[in-house]
Amino acid sequence: MAELTLRPNLTNSDDFYAALLEAHDGLEPSEMHALNARLILILANHIGDDEVLESALRAARTSSGHRTNRGEKDEPTL
Amino acid sequence: MVTARYQTAFRLYPYEKVSAQDTGTPARHPVVIVGGGPIGMGLALDLGKKGIACLVLDDHDGVGMGSRAICFAKRTLEICDRLGCGDPMVDKGVVWNLGRVYRQEEEIYSFNLLPEEGHKRPAFINLQQPYFEQFIVEEIRRQQACGAPIEIRGQNRVTGQIQKDDHVLLDIDTPDGPYQIEADYVVACDGANSPIRSMLGLGFEGRTFEDNFLIADIRAKAEFPTERRFWFDPPFNRNETALMHKQPDDVWRLDFQLGWDIDREAELEPDKISKRVAAMIGQDIEFELVWTSIYTFRCCTMKDYRHGRVIFAGDSAHQVSPFGARGANGGMQDVDNLAWKLAAVITGDAPDALLDSYHTERKHAALENIKNSSRSADFLTPRNPAHALFRDAVLDLVKDYEFARPMVNSGRLSTPCTYDPSPLNSADALPDGPSRSRPGSPCSDAALDKGFLLDHLTGDFTLLSINATVPDDANGLKVVRLSTTDAADGSLATRYLGDNPSAVYLIRPDQHVAARWAEYDADAVTAALNKATGKG
Repeated sequence: MAELTLRPNLTNSDDFYAALLEAHDGLEPSEMHALNARLILILANHIGDDEVLESALRAARTSSGHRTNRGEKDEPTL
Repeated sequence: MVTARYQTAFRLYPYEKVSAQDTGTPARHPVVIVGGGPIGMGLALDLGKKGIACLVLDDHDGVGMGSRAICFAKRTLEICDRLGCGDPMVDKGVVWNLGRVYRQEEEIYSFNLLPEEGHKRPAFINLQQPYFEQFIVEEIRRQQACGAPIEIRGQNRVTGQIQKDDHVLLDIDTPDGPYQIEADYVVACDGANSPIRSMLGLGFEGRTFEDNFLIADIRAKAEFPTERRFWFDPPFNRNETALMHKQPDDVWRLDFQLGWDIDREAELEPDKISKRVAAMIGQDIEFELVWTSIYTFRCCTMKDYRHGRVIFAGDSAHQVSPFGARGANGGMQDVDNLAWKLAAVITGDAPDALLDSYHTERKHAALENIKNSSRSADFLTPRNPAHALFRDAVLDLVKDYEFARPMVNSGRLSTPCTYDPSPLNSADALPDGPSRSRPGSPCSDAALDKGFLLDHLTGDFTLLSINATVPDDANGLKVVRLSTTDAADGSLATRYLGDNPSAVYLIRPDQHVAARWAEYDADAVTAALNKATGKG
């Protein structure tokens, strides 16, 4: 089973980062959100590995650098 | 006094006074079923056919008005076949397999629910719930005529219950005043607002979804396709969803999402509904409103489906959103699961503990139904901006990119549950056997040269032998002997053998697999049978 890579993995990080910003140029905030949502779905489908995706969700949710770390979501128990 | 809570479509069991009301001494009944809806009547039929005396108490005298549930799944029809009332349902019902999903004016996705051949019954039929209930009651009447010990008492309302050591004492109200009866077991099939559940002070936990839906069942001569058609953001119901589905008698189910903050009274005005309908189906098509209703929904379950001698089945135990047709179909699987267990315990063939497995298996199924039904509801009724964001992103992507199509969720339609964690299952002993037929799973049907497989798997525990050698009196069980040549399409091999040359299956009375092996082994079958009847 593949593991989520959290080491540098892009051929050129600066190029990707610039392309990501460029894709948002001229968009209203709501359009930016929509673009990012589409992008996430496209990338998730490409990855296609439940464990990697779960690790990625966890990594994004729990990274210590962001202030609003809410931890695990409260789901009602059924 | 027994006041009516709703109008009836068919008066099937008018109130008649019985002598037990005058004797003063409560009569004892092995099983009392509270509630005469599809689940209560289905259970009575199943028990009665097994020779178990049961009494149905219903606070009305017939089937409630209104289409309500309309989609009945293949598994439900297979259960009804076993009960003897599948044919009239399929004859009357509208068969459909195809679903289409639209966004605005454009089709974005379609699905075929039965991509596989060799099943006696279609993936779904649409049939108004009153007919479904009527066909069950008609079969009860036929079975009663043949001596099945089923009794139905209309306008008998249960008003109190006390659990004693070896029975439950029920207080009943009738048009002639109150009386009492005793029951070895009580099955509460009294619906989502179950009075029995309230009397026991038991909880019903879950989520309420903040949305209203309008149902308009209309009668119209129209040439719309026999498909489940579902719209996101259609021109006739902007920013909301809508659904169109065919029923028998030229009736069409239309369903309009309305949102949360609505004027309920105003929305139910026939003029306003008629305007909505005309906008949807076209101004030039004549129609009449047959039944209208505004509903909200919850996804809830009880913690335990068994409380001593009181057992809960159907909506009283668990409730789902209507998307996916998992309410009545789930309830009929409760019936399928409970009837043989209750019968085995009452006749002394199995210990009382077998009834605990009803809770284990059907709670597992209910959680699966609630999970699926909640996910559909989240897609249709986004609860926060993130839900809406991703829902819209899926709908944006779906036209150009195939990968997004399976994410569109307008209802994941009911499929039978596999009881993977069940204590009744024996370890799988068929090497690399087909996963779909593993212990706990419902048997897949298969077309044989003569009839269908499921028609052979009725009644008690059965040994199904495919290409194996099983003696005549094997473990005192009914033996069904087949070879792969009995199914010309190869379906027996695909669905039951995999790469094995032969297989022996122990099938429960509800057509679920209890155990399987490559060859017959008397001791292994005995052990599996003990396990499957709560003795192991």
